[in-house]
Formats: sequence, structure tokens, C-alpha cells
Amino acid sequence: MWRSCLQLWDWGPRLLKWPLGGPICSVVPGPIPQLRARAYAPPKERKRFYQNVSITQGEGGFEINLDHRKLKTPQAKLFTVPSEALATAVAMEWDSQQDTIKFYTMHLTTLCNTSLDNPTQRNKDQLIQAAMKFLDTDTIWVEEPETLVELQKNEWDPIIEWAEKRYGMEIGASTSIMGPSIPAKTYETLASHLASYNMWALQGIEFVVAQLKSLVLTLGLMDLRLTVEQAVLLSRLEEEYQVQKWGNIEWAHDYELQELQARAAAGTLFVHLCSESTTVKHKLLRE
Amino acid sequence: MTALGSPARTLRGLLRELRHLSAATGRPYRDTAAYRYLMKAFRAHQVTSEKLCRAQHELHFQAATYLCLLRSVREHMALHQEFHGKGERSVEESAGLVGLQLPRQPGGKGCEP
Repeated sequence: MWRSCLQLWDWGPRLLKWPLGGPICSVVPGPIPQLRARAYAPPKERKRFYQNVSITQGEGGFEINLDHRKLKTPQAKLFTVPSEALATAVAMEWDSQQDTIKFYTMHLTTLCNTSLDNPTQRNKDQLIQAAMKFLDTDTIWVEEPETLVELQKNEWDPIIEWAEKRYGMEIGASTSIMGPSIPAKTYETLASHLASYNMWALQGIEFVVAQLKSLVLTLGLMDLRLTVEQAVLLSRLEEEYQVQKWGNIEWAHDYELQELQARAAAGTLFVHLCSESTTVKHKLLRE
Repeated sequence: MTALGSPARTLRGLLRELRHLSAATGRPYRDTAAYRYLMKAFRAHQVTSEKLCRAQHELHFQAATYLCLLRSVREHMALHQEFHGKGERSVEESAGLVGLQLPRQPGGKGCEP
């Protein structure tokens, strides 16, 4: 019995088919109670088993090769991306692993896997709905009534104005805990704007929205209005304020900041690189 | 928009990050596909006299985003190593913290394998 349970944890040669530690790990059947000691042990770390990472162009797009093996997604599909730049960046991620493979740093790979596998089986509308859900309680217009309000007015108001002008919305900031009420027209405008992106780009957008907790900031990133550093700063405005007031704790604040920046940057880059291909297609269609 | 800085600065930052990453494989960073791609892209879209070229701005934005990604991942890893990399203490160490020792049982403990 012990031997068969130990086999569950043998990740071994099944790496390329097993979950790469993306945002959604496939479920390993729960261990029986006698295995309590091993139930919370993290999966064995994979060592770097390849020397070279290269990119080849296949039928569906660009593929990644680890030595001579083709990279596959957690659901064993062939890993293809539409854009060469994206493939280069993913290859860079794999190439930069030293000794052990740290999946939690490979954000672009994770995003590509999610787009290819679609483990939660969501279609375009569901992705848009998921992103729009953040609009009600968007970080950027829930204001603190007292101390922060100056800082929030200075930093967030320009972005709110830009968003209102760009998308024809009319929303002011609100101090209530429920956030401002959003008119239906705004929902439709934004939903149709989001619908203009392809599936891959939408995965990226939904990812960034969930990280920054703000749809407006994400739109700012997509429209090149904000840099990633700026967007992350605006998203964490209150934390930055408190840090300046009370002091910075490196292993918590900086850690979180770098992780948030990494994820937001990965998502933004992913969307931009995936959206480029759609514009090319449109040009061909017109001709 | 002006927060992006100059393309040269972004390129310098990107090359620095590539150098850090290439330390993993030991190969010079000029060999990597990423380096070749970046240099090709930057040369092809060099700063012209037209400052309002949107495609150029987009490319620079993407480069800056990639730079942010590489830098943040590196810093995140460094912080993780420094502060969270050690894992849990073993049972012996935890006991030793309060001055206790684990009992030694000649027959082995009954509850564990």
C-alpha cells in the first residue's frame, strides 16, 4: 500500500504531461488519512533536464524544443504560440531556470498553457463577464473617506478622466463601501470593447484584471496609457501610502510588489503579443 | 507616456537582464535567440525624426514591459531565496529551539513507518 501511494508522488518522466504548476493545477486524488505526514509535502522539484531551448515553426505556430523534445502543455497538447516574440520570451523563461525548474516564476508559460488548455472551459463571454465583475468594485474609484483621499484624488483622477473620455463612461469616485453605481451603457461599451480581443488576449486581460483588481487600470495598460510599474503603483496606492507612513517590510511588501509586477507585466506582454496577430489577419481580409 | 524613458535605456536594461539570465547556462548572452530578436526589433524600429510613430511607441512599450517582467521575476526570486527559501525547520530543530530533545526509542515509534 505504501509503495503504490509513493508512486503517486513520483513526478519523474511525466513532467511534460503533468501540471506545470500554473494557476490551476490538475487535481491529484486526495491521500488517505494515514498519509497525513506526506499530504502537505510539495511535489518534488524538477531538476533542469535539458541543455538547450530552441524555437521551431510548426503548422499551428511556433513551438518550443527542450533539447530534442517538444514542449507540451499540462494536458499533453503540443505547445504552440501564434507569435514569434512570445515564443522567444517563453524559451527565455525555460532557458533561465538554474538547477531546478521554478514554475511559479514562469508566468508567460503558465498563461500560454492556460490559453491552450482552457482548463476551466470558459468561452469568450464568460471571460468577459469575469473581467467585468471587477468593474463594480474597481480599485480605482473606491475612495477612502479621510486621510488617503488627497493622494487618491491626485493619482487616480487622471486615469478616471482618461477612461471616461476614451470609453465614453460617466462614473465618479465614491466613498461608500459598495462603490459607485455603474450605468448600463458603460457595461455595454466596455463589454463590446473587450469582445474585440481574441480568446488568448482575453485570458491575459482577465489575468491582469484579477491581479490588479481593477478593470480600468488594465484598460490603461492595454491602451499604453500606463506603464506596468505605474499601474501596479496605482493598484497598491493605499499600501504604498501605509508603507511610507509606517515603514517597509522587505520580505512582505517588496516580495508582494515584485510578484505583482511580474504577473502584471507577463499578462500585459501576453495580451499585446497575442493581439498583434489579429491586426495582421484583419489586413489580409480587407485585401 | 513619457514615463517610458528613452529606448536606449530600455535596451540597456534588457541586455543587462539577459546577461543575468545567461549566467544560468554559461553561454554568452549574445548567442541567445532573445538577444537576436531584440536587436533585430530595435534596429528595425529605430527612433526616427517622427516622434509620433505609434507602432514604434507600441514596440518600446512592449520592450519596457518585458524588461519589467524580467527584472521583477529576478527580484522576486532573490527575495524568495533570501527570506522564504529555507523551508520549515525539522522536528529536531524545533525541539532544540526550546531546549528539548526528541526521545530516543530503541524499538522505533509505533505510529510512523
